[in-house]
Order: sequence, then structure tokens, then C-alpha cells
Amino acid sequence: MNIDDKLAKVKYVTDEETHLKVTQEKCKKCKQKVCTYICPANVYEWNEEEQRIIVNYENCLECGACRIVCTEKSIEWQYPKGISGVTYKFG
Amino acid sequence: MEQKNKTQVIVVGAGPAGISAAITIAKAGKEVILIERGIFSGSKNMFGGAIYTQPTKEIFPDFENSAPLERNNIKHNYTILTEDDSTTITYRDNSFHSNSYTVIRSKFDRWMSEEAKKAGVILVTQTVVRELIIENKRIIGVKTELEDYFADIVILADGVNSLLAKQAGLRKDYEPKDIALGIKEVIKIGKDKINERFNIQDDEGCITEFFGYPMLGQLGLGFMYTNKDTITVGLGITLSELIKNKTKPYELLEKLKSHKTISPLIDGGELIEYSAHLIPEGGYKKIPKIYDNGVMIAGDSASLVNNLHWEGTNLAMISGKLAGETAVYAIEKNDFSKKTLSLYKKKLDKSFIMKDLKSYKDLMPIMHKQSSSFLDYYLRKINKFFKMFIETDSISKRNKFHKFIYETLTERNPFELLKDGLHIIKLLWGILK
Ligand SMILES: Cc1cc2nc3c(=O)[nH]c(=O)nc-3n(C[C@H](O)[C@H](O)[C@H](O)COP(=O)(O)OP(=O)(O)OC[C@H]3O[C@@H](n4cnc5c(N)ncnc54)[C@H](O)[C@@H]3O)c2cc1C
Ligand code: SF4
Ligand code: SF4
Repeated sequence: MNIDDKLAKVKYVTDEETHLKVTQEKCKKCKQKVCTYICPANVYEWNEEEQRIIVNYENCLECGACRIVCTEKSIEWQYPKGISGVTYKFG
Repeated sequence: MEQKNKTQVIVVGAGPAGISAAITIAKAGKEVILIERGIFSGSKNMFGGAIYTQPTKEIFPDFENSAPLERNNIKHNYTILTEDDSTTITYRDNSFHSNSYTVIRSKFDRWMSEEAKKAGVILVTQTVVRELIIENKRIIGVKTELEDYFADIVILADGVNSLLAKQAGLRKDYEPKDIALGIKEVIKIGKDKINERFNIQDDEGCITEFFGYPMLGQLGLGFMYTNKDTITVGLGITLSELIKNKTKPYELLEKLKSHKTISPLIDGGELIEYSAHLIPEGGYKKIPKIYDNGVMIAGDSASLVNNLHWEGTNLAMISGKLAGETAVYAIEKNDFSKKTLSLYKKKLDKSFIMKDLKSYKDLMPIMHKQSSSFLDYYLRKINKFFKMFIETDSISKRNKFHKFIYETLTERNPFELLKDGLHIIKLLWGILK
């Protein structure tokens, strides 16, 4: 089962504004791009053509891992607004 | 100064720590506001999981009669997995004693918060505390998206990420080696099939911990819990391991689920939820400053987790209770200075919480250092022993035993064996002394 099938089972209320902001300049220089494999919701993708990180914030499970592992301190991380984000039913 | 929205205590975070703190304060007749970012308590929370009966009774003496519980865990499996075999030890308690129950946090935390409301706690949900309000080096309130709230004391029970404890200067940034990522799937199987597959009856539960595959040599454990009609399967792995090995956590989980020891247990089930959460596992040495002028921190936000035993909610509940008792004492004294709140630290030191964390203080450093031996070599060795022991192949037992012993003594050099031995002695000494 791939990650999209797993995420399809999660209940989200999506905010139109992102709660995860990256500084693209830092990401461009970042060698390891840990966020692209460590995130359990596959939120970060590196777009080689545009040379930028794409942040699929609407899939975020609000765990906080990316914030801790980002080597360049590029992520401005906060919780989504009270009414939005993930709602677990079987946590 | 007369302030709007002023109360005696604000508790941030309605998980087990925050709810236990708030309920303790309300029961003593003091004013307390409990602020939770989720739509309801538990909506943002996930764990393995089991809550522990005795500590839960300390907060909710009658919970077994009214809380939403899944199953009473009478069976506990420890399983060592390698790529193509496994060894399991099972402990089963048939005495009707209850040590722990599986629960679903969105139901259980919600129930706890309803109990807190009955005790007089004012619960504010859907509200993220964004910042602490600090005046003259004292915390005097919190800023939320909508309003500011003021209080004599703020208790931070906002969980592992606690950005607030960081803002208050109580802790530094985490290092990836001190935090684990937990992910899990909840799979619907049906009550009867669960009973059959785990050899249990209605309301009886089985916990399984998996050591080794697919995380051989890494600081990671798999877990499986039985709920009423669903099974939880997941894993926890230290962030530094994921970084080092460039692994995607959900790919590890797929491997775990497809191991022949596990796949028949979940066969035919339907995935109903996937979730993720961090676990603080820096242990005793990484506990932050837990109090200051006008503030105390409890539960995961204070890194109070005994990860080897999967104990977190109990440390959260009891630390919350002790913080609550300290708040009541400070209100009665009308003194909210760090000197008065240092009582919280004294209470924690005297409790099992600090004692246990101190006993296990060498565990994680040793595991980090010796992961290739304790989390790979010896696990494989145990499975190899059983494979050898059961094999019927017309070779004399004596020859096989000799070969096994010879290999054990020669495949690791004596220096490594000695090092492993010394580490085990150090660990046991730390726990037992
Ligand atoms: C995979 C996994 C398995 C585990 N298994 C077990 C187990 O089997 N048994 C066990 O005892 N423990 C287990 N634990 C540990 C246990 O879940 C935690 O130790 C426990 O939940 C800590 O309780 P807490 O109240 O401190 O924090 P939490 O339960 O995290 O609660 C914090 C609360 O604060 C809220 N919050 C956070 N920030 C804000 C803010 N800024 N404003 C408002 N609200 C906020 C959150 O929404 C949340 O409700 C496990 C953990 C994980 C991740
Ligand atoms: S790890 Fe940090 S700096 Fe690197 S790509 Fe990801 S967000 Fe950008
Ligand atoms: S908080 Fe967790 S789920 Fe959300 S983007 Fe970061 S790593 Fe991914």
C-alpha cells in the first residue's frame, strides 16, 4: 500500500493558508533534503525543474519531525489554526 | 492590575498531563481554564496504545466503569524478528488482574475532558496557544489566535513539540537522536477474528512488541495492539536513524506488516486510519527545566517518557497531578515564584517518574553506541539458537551445540564481547543499584 492510499484514510480540514513555510534559498543549497524522506505524510517534494521544494501542507499530520531534522532551519513551523488540520478518529 | 480574562491557572493542552493537572486544581476548588487546539480533546493525539490501570485510577478512581476502554491486556508478546524467522515469548495473566487497557485517544481523551468539565474545569477547544505572555521574567498568561488569557500560573502540557516550553527558555531545540517518530495504522478485522487470531476472548487484549526486522541494528521497535474490533500496528524509530539510512518511515511499516509472522494476523483487514506522532526519548539527561516563575511543565513537553516500557500516559497523568497539587499550594500561599513552584520538582523527584527515568538514564546512550550488537547481532543469534535447537537433520546434537558455541566465541572478537558485557553490567547496575 502506498502513502497516498494511507493518507486517503485521514480526516483533514484544509486551511487555504499554509502552516508550513520554507525558505527556498536555503532549500536550494540544502544537500541532504531530509524532509523529502523523513516526513510520514510525504509533504515535501523537491522539484528538480523549478529548483524548489513543494510543500503539500494539506497532508501534514502535525507530528513536528520536519522541524527537528531540517539541517538548514528552513522551516517556519507552526500548528494549523484550531479548526483546521488533522482530526484523528482512532489515534 | 485588573485584567480581562484573568483566572487562577491556565493549563495548555488537554492530553493526559493537562487534564490531570486541571482536574486536580478544580477538585481543590480553584479556577482553571484548559486550552486545547483540537476540535475536541484527543482529536490531535495518537499513541500505541495502552493506558495503565493503577496510575489512571489515581486521577479517575472509577474509570473502569465509565471510560471508553477497548480491551484489558492480559497477554504480552515479545517477538524478535529477522528477515525470515521469529522467536516469541508470551506472558499471559489469567488472574483477572488488570495492568493496562487499550484505548483510542479520540474517545478516551475526550471522555477524560468531559470528566474534567464535571469537576469544574473550563475547557476551551479549537484554540491554539501561540505564545506565552511574559512580564518581568514571569509568565503571566497566554496569547491565542483570538484572545489573550491571564493567570497566576500557567501549566504547559502541550506535548512533545512544546514550542511554548522553548519560548519560555525552559528547553533547547531537540536533537534528532533524542526524538522518535511513531507511525501506525488501525486496521479493521472484526471482533471474532481478533479473538481467534490472538487466542483471547471478548474484552481481553494482547500487546506485541517487535524487536529487529525491519529495523535490525537501528533504534526502532514495532508494536501491535488489539482494540475491540480493530488492530493497531505501528513502529517507533529514532529520527537520527531515519536520517542516516535515508528511509521513509511508512516503507518500514509496509515491511513490518508483510513479515510472515505478522501478515496473517492482519490479513483481510481494512485500513481505517494512518497517523503519526513524535516520542521524546532523550531520557533523564534531557529533561528540561520543569518550572520557573509562574510556570510548570508536565508530560511529554517535559520529556517524561520511559520508552523501553512504552510508558508515557502514566508519567503524563502523574506529573500533571503533581503540577496541579503544586499550583493549589501556590494559590493558597499566594506566591507564584519559582521558589514556591520548586515543590513540583521535589514531588517529581520523590515519585516513580524521576526514579525510573534516572534508573534508565544509560539505556539510550548505550543503545546508540551498541546498536549493531544489541539490536542486530544478538537478536539474530537468539533466532539462530532456536533454529539450531529444533533442527532435526541427523547431525548429532553434541556436534551442533559445539559448533554453535564455537561460532559464538569466534565470530565476535573477545574485545567486543567484553564491551557488550560491560555495557550490560553498567545498564543493570544503573537500574538495580
Ligand atoms: C507511537 C506512540 C506509541 C505510544 N504508546 C504508548 C503506550 O502504549 N502507552 C503509554 O502510556 N504511552 C504511549 N505513548 C506516549 C504517550 O502517548 C505520551 O507520553 C502521552 O500522550 C503524553 O501526554 P501529554 O498530555 O503530555 O501530551 P499529549 O498527549 O501530546 O497532549 C498534548 C495536548 O496538547 C495539545 N496542544 C499542543 N500544543 C498546543 C497549543 N499550542 N495550544 C493548545 N493546545 C495544544 C494537543 O492537541 C494535545 O491534545 C506513545 C506515543 C507514541 C507516539
Ligand atoms: S531539509 Fe530543510 S532546508 Fe533541506 S530541503 Fe528540507 S526544508 Fe529545505
Ligand atoms: S509536521 Fe510531520 S507530517 Fe507535517 S510536514 Fe512535518 S514531518 Fe510531515
